[in-house]
Amino acid sequence: MKQLTVFIENRPGRLGEVTEVLTENNINIVCLSLADTSDYGMLRMIVSQPAAACDVLSSSGFPAMLTDVIAVKLPHHFGQLKKLCGKLSAADVDISYMYALTSGEGAAIVLKTSDNEKAESVLSDEYTLMGAAEVYNL
Amino acid sequence: MMIWSKVETMSREEIEGIQLDKLKKNVSYVYEKVEPYRKKMDEAGVKPEDIKTLKDLSLLPFTTKQDFRDYYPFGLFAVDKSKLARIHASSGTTGKPTVVGYTKKDLEIWAECVSRLAVAGGATNEDICQICFGYGMFTGALGLHSGLENIGACVIPSSTGNTEKQIMYMKDYGSTLLVATPSYALRIGEVACQMGLNPKTDLQLRTALVGSELLTEAMREEMRKLFGDKLFVTQNYGMSELCGPGVSGECRELCGMHINEDHFICEIIDPKTGEVLPAGEKGELVVTCLSKEALPLIRYRTRDISRLFYEPCKCGRTTARMENLSGRTDDMLKIRGVNVFPSQIEEVLLKTEEIGPHYEIIVDRKNHSDILTIRVELAPAAMTDNFADLERITAKLKASLRTVLGLDAIIQLESPNTLKRFEGKAKRVTDNRKGKD
Ligand SMILES: [Zn+2]
Repeated sequence: MKQLTVFIENRPGRLGEVTEVLTENNINIVCLSLADTSDYGMLRMIVSQPAAACDVLSSSGFPAMLTDVIAVKLPHHFGQLKKLCGKLSAADVDISYMYALTSGEGAAIVLKTSDNEKAESVLSDEYTLMGAAEVYNL
Repeated sequence: MMIWSKVETMSREEIEGIQLDKLKKNVSYVYEKVEPYRKKMDEAGVKPEDIKTLKDLSLLPFTTKQDFRDYYPFGLFAVDKSKLARIHASSGTTGKPTVVGYTKKDLEIWAECVSRLAVAGGATNEDICQICFGYGMFTGALGLHSGLENIGACVIPSSTGNTEKQIMYMKDYGSTLLVATPSYALRIGEVACQMGLNPKTDLQLRTALVGSELLTEAMREEMRKLFGDKLFVTQNYGMSELCGPGVSGECRELCGMHINEDHFICEIIDPKTGEVLPAGEKGELVVTCLSKEALPLIRYRTRDISRLFYEPCKCGRTTARMENLSGRTDDMLKIRGVNVFPSQIEEVLLKTEEIGPHYEIIVDRKNHSDILTIRVELAPAAMTDNFADLERITAKLKASLRTVLGLDAIIQLESPNTLKRFEGKAKRVTDNRKGKD
């Protein structure tokens, strides 16, 4: 599954411009996370058509790239996230970052790890992994 | 207030007599000893014997910074290397610094020149002088050092950096005179306050000789507020090519900087036509060194904008005064006392492949310190999904800039195509310091 990452300077209006470009091209934002420092921000998104989104943003002057991530459904139970992190850590997989995703009936998270393949296999016995097509069309 | 040398109170006729006499000798000297001068004078059709009055100075070709580059390192020197007593250098545009040399006699005259300005600014042999200029190849620190020692004052060569320790010396040793850039002087005052000291009462500073950086009246006022009315601040002028500090300096009347006219002739020219302008008119300052053995400069274009006044001063000195600088004709930036050429920055930026070729340089003054900000565009190929990579790019740039400039810069990464583009000559530098003061 591909995540779209966009570099934006911390300047009023930049985030709006990104969403404008996506809307104009009929690309839906499924979920996003905005991380920032005092100087610049990193917008991480799951969108309906990642490759197309990356192209239109790049040609509009926004540095954009696609990154492999995984999406995992997370039951609404106390301590679930802690448990999941524990499993990955036990398997020596580092989490680079994660953010939440609303998947209709429940919660899910998007994860970027040091080894996505291994992360998926470690988590697959206890968690429901979401396929790219499923997520893109949420 | 004392006047250090009787030369400072001579009549105009006497001063001009000395100048003409020295000028004639000096022109013959460079014509004989320095090939680039001989070549230039031959091309201009001027012979040393054509210099009959001070006005004839205008017949001579200019010397520029470019000559220092063309004849790097010693091509403009008039003496053999074995005669040199010291070499200083200042940062240059393409990594090559401007090299200047002194004979033993040059060093003595230099110290003498600085002594006069220091005394005009209020220094006495009783003073304990803390020199907070960076020592090293820079002429500022050793210039003031020798000049102050020459008047019998005590010198503390504390250099720059570690401001808290500077303040400790200042307090414990009872420094009465401070040598620093205006911005560093303010920084010292600020840090003293942060340390719980009251600069007005806990420090004994009464004289500040500032230089190497533009001193605005607002800065002077700011220093007075911080250190109290007992601190008298004067600025002095010079540049390494001319000798370092020692060309001119303010007296306590604060009406321009008295020029050491027996060693330097100042002219004001129209920077575009090169024509000499009448007294009182604003233009580029051109300086001829009259006494230097190692590096005798003729009509050196300083690129500093000033005016000249010849009326005797209330302080008793009769030497001409140059107005405090109002700017420079070229684009050199003086940041925290360090000369910075935009081309040096450009060189670093262009070598860094993670960023695009467009950039903007912004200089601000915050908390009395110069802030250098460089806006660059992230190259699309360098796009990443994590901050660590971006930090790596900025850290790498900062490190290279630090190596080349000796300064820390703030790097602002931007998206491609967000910075201004230019047709023809680009204006990439925004210096916000002048307006703010
Ligand atoms: Zn005076």
